[in-house]
Amino acid sequence: MKANCWMGRGTVEVQEVPDPKILNSRDAIIRITSTAICGSDLHLYQGFIPTMKKGDILGHEFMGEVVEVGPQVSNLQPGDRVVVPFPIACGNCSACQHGQYSVCENSNPNAGIAEKLMGHSPAGIFGYSHMFGGYAGGQAEYARVPFADVGPLKIEDDLPDEKVLFLSDILPTGWMGAEMCDIKPGDIIAVWGAGPVGQFAVASAFLQGAERVIAIDRFPYRLKKAERAGAETLDYEEVDVLDALRDMTAGRGPDACIDAVGIEAHHPAPAIYAYDRAKQAARIETDRPFALREAIRACRNGGIVSVIGAYGGLVDKFPMGALMNRSLTVRGAQCHVQRYLRPLLDRIRNGSIDPSFVISHRMRLDEAPRGYEMFRNKEDECLKVVLTP
Amino acid sequence: MSEEHHRKTDRLARALGWGSLGLGVIQLTAPNAVARLSGVDDSPWARITVPLVGVRELSHAAVLLGSRRPAPWAWTRVAGDALDLTVLGCSVANRTGWRRRRAAAVTAAVVGITAVDLYTAVCGSRRTGRRVTLRAAITVNRPREDVYWYWHDLENLPRFMAHLESVRATGDGRSHWKVKGPAGRSVEWDAVIIDDRPGELIAWHSVEGSAVGNSGSVRFTDAPGGRGTEVWVDLNYDPPVGMAGVAFAKLFGEDPEQQVRDDLRRFKQVMETGEVVRSEGSPEGIRAIRQVMQRPAQPVM
Ligand SMILES: NC(=O)c1ccc[n+]([C@@H]2O[C@H](COP(=O)([O-])OP(=O)(O)OC[C@H]3O[C@@H](n4cnc5c(N)ncnc54)[C@H](O)[C@@H]3O)[C@@H](O)[C@H]2O)c1
Ligand SMILES: [Zn+2]
Ligand SMILES: [Zn+2]
Repeated sequence: MKANCWMGRGTVEVQEVPDPKILNSRDAIIRITSTAICGSDLHLYQGFIPTMKKGDILGHEFMGEVVEVGPQVSNLQPGDRVVVPFPIACGNCSACQHGQYSVCENSNPNAGIAEKLMGHSPAGIFGYSHMFGGYAGGQAEYARVPFADVGPLKIEDDLPDEKVLFLSDILPTGWMGAEMCDIKPGDIIAVWGAGPVGQFAVASAFLQGAERVIAIDRFPYRLKKAERAGAETLDYEEVDVLDALRDMTAGRGPDACIDAVGIEAHHPAPAIYAYDRAKQAARIETDRPFALREAIRACRNGGIVSVIGAYGGLVDKFPMGALMNRSLTVRGAQCHVQRYLRPLLDRIRNGSIDPSFVISHRMRLDEAPRGYEMFRNKEDECLKVVLTP
Repeated sequence: MSEEHHRKTDRLARALGWGSLGLGVIQLTAPNAVARLSGVDDSPWARITVPLVGVRELSHAAVLLGSRRPAPWAWTRVAGDALDLTVLGCSVANRTGWRRRRAAAVTAAVVGITAVDLYTAVCGSRRTGRRVTLRAAITVNRPREDVYWYWHDLENLPRFMAHLESVRATGDGRSHWKVKGPAGRSVEWDAVIIDDRPGELIAWHSVEGSAVGNSGSVRFTDAPGGRGTEVWVDLNYDPPVGMAGVAFAKLFGEDPEQQVRDDLRRFKQVMETGEVVRSEGSPEGIRAIRQVMQRPAQPVM
């Protein structure tokens, strides 16, 4: 089959690779009909997540048709149409039973590697480095899906791929980003990053009852999209974000702040950008946390900072004083996607949200290298690339 | 040898380290006084030799004070003592009068110190043949009885223990174990269960005269708040080819502590999900080497 493979920092290639086979009795093989490129893929592409290997198949946002199931999978049959959540989760461990699927205790065969870096291991993730399990990803014609009796969501009506594909990751991620804010009446939520994840965080914050939502980015086309969803916007290259947020909230600061930027944040002041970029290049810090630092400083006293932007390792100059003295709460997670599949599918079905609004480019799987480049460089108003094999 | 004894030896070694530090500093800062005291101030070489010995003393101090287990490093002092005694011996032989008396007195003192160094070094290195002790624990989300009974069937163990080739129950609480040893050689032995309390504990040791002497126990306790069962494993074994074997194994990433933890993790996978979880990076599921030498995340041919 054809698959999009990581071939080293800054290079992906569509290659001919063997077809997947059932390895565990709870596996299913899926023929992929739609797959997308995520901001997280960009972190791998740029080489910021350690433990990638040349030849790794990328991709963790995919859906398709079941073609084969292992002997222990009784809920799915060949021909079923399914969306696959990006965290791999067993459903049996206590994390899964508490709905914390992205920290499943059994799905990472390389937990030992992750433990060395992070203390304890999170769940395995499709196509997301070897410390997250070394699983082949879904930017391919076929994929093997472990624990197929737990994760995949059957789509039984005729909703098109484009409306349900993002249940695999970014819609639940944006939703959970808002949910971690414990939104109460009157709350003002600020969202750093108006990428696809930020867009869904904005939409979700409104659906969860936010009074106002403020989106922060530097790309006008992305900010415009957020405006269309009802957000007020700030271009961080035009204004001082902290001052602007103080003004917009009559001095209080946003009640909760969502970091939907992550590890590769950009900073308008060249000197500060260069400081962290150089440390990152020298591997002294792995992550560039500008948005996170700003979110913590901007948040109102006693507020919540919700981190859904992805981080890989260590950050530097962390504003711990603000966090501690101002009684802030920081929450973060790889999304517990399985938890949100059904409720969000219901919302898509009843029309309260149509996630396809983020799609800007549709390409063939063969064109993945071009898609990665465009998405990274934000060329041609690129917001979300969907690939079809 | 007991842990207490090891600690005492290490304390002694550290004291010797401080001694080296003090002596080295004096030899470097007041070489003339040291030379006079030892009766060698008449030699033109003393001006160079004494500070050089001082530098050497500081290097003893560095290894003795810088090491977590300093006792074996006392050998560096023993070597230094031998050198000093040779030089002092010559000094005594070549001198007369008060110089000879002083040199002899210093030599006698060094002989005494050498005895202490030698004692520390010998005690410190005896531990090289020491048993390896490994402990690890994991929480399994299953009732205690289930977890106990699965383990109790020793023939199940190779399903999750990477190095076990097979375990065969031979009746009467006895079993025959086969392990993949270093460099592809396999090691076999017989073991006997010495304590077995249903739902609580299984303990065993290898029978007298086994190639690899070993013993172990696994305890099962209820995890608090309905979190399932806590599994506590203790393993003791004589390393197959001495400590060198363990160091050798570590070189290849086969850190034994890590291995026990990984084995337990696979035990948990089997108990909770039914089998060892596989990914494209480690499709065999159970080859220990895969943690360090992953395949690319691509389907296997
Ligand atoms: N937690 C999860 O489960 C999960 C799931 C999916 C994605 N993610 C992460 O979410 C993040 C966003 O993903 P995406 O697909 O939207 O990526 P994206 O690259 O399209 O969006 C990131 C946006 O952040 C903006 N940005 C950069 N620096 C900024 C700054 N200092 N202040 C404000 N905005 C800034 C960029 O201009 C860009 O528009 C990534 O880190 C991704 O890895 C996490
Ligand atoms: Zn993603
Ligand atoms: Zn689980």
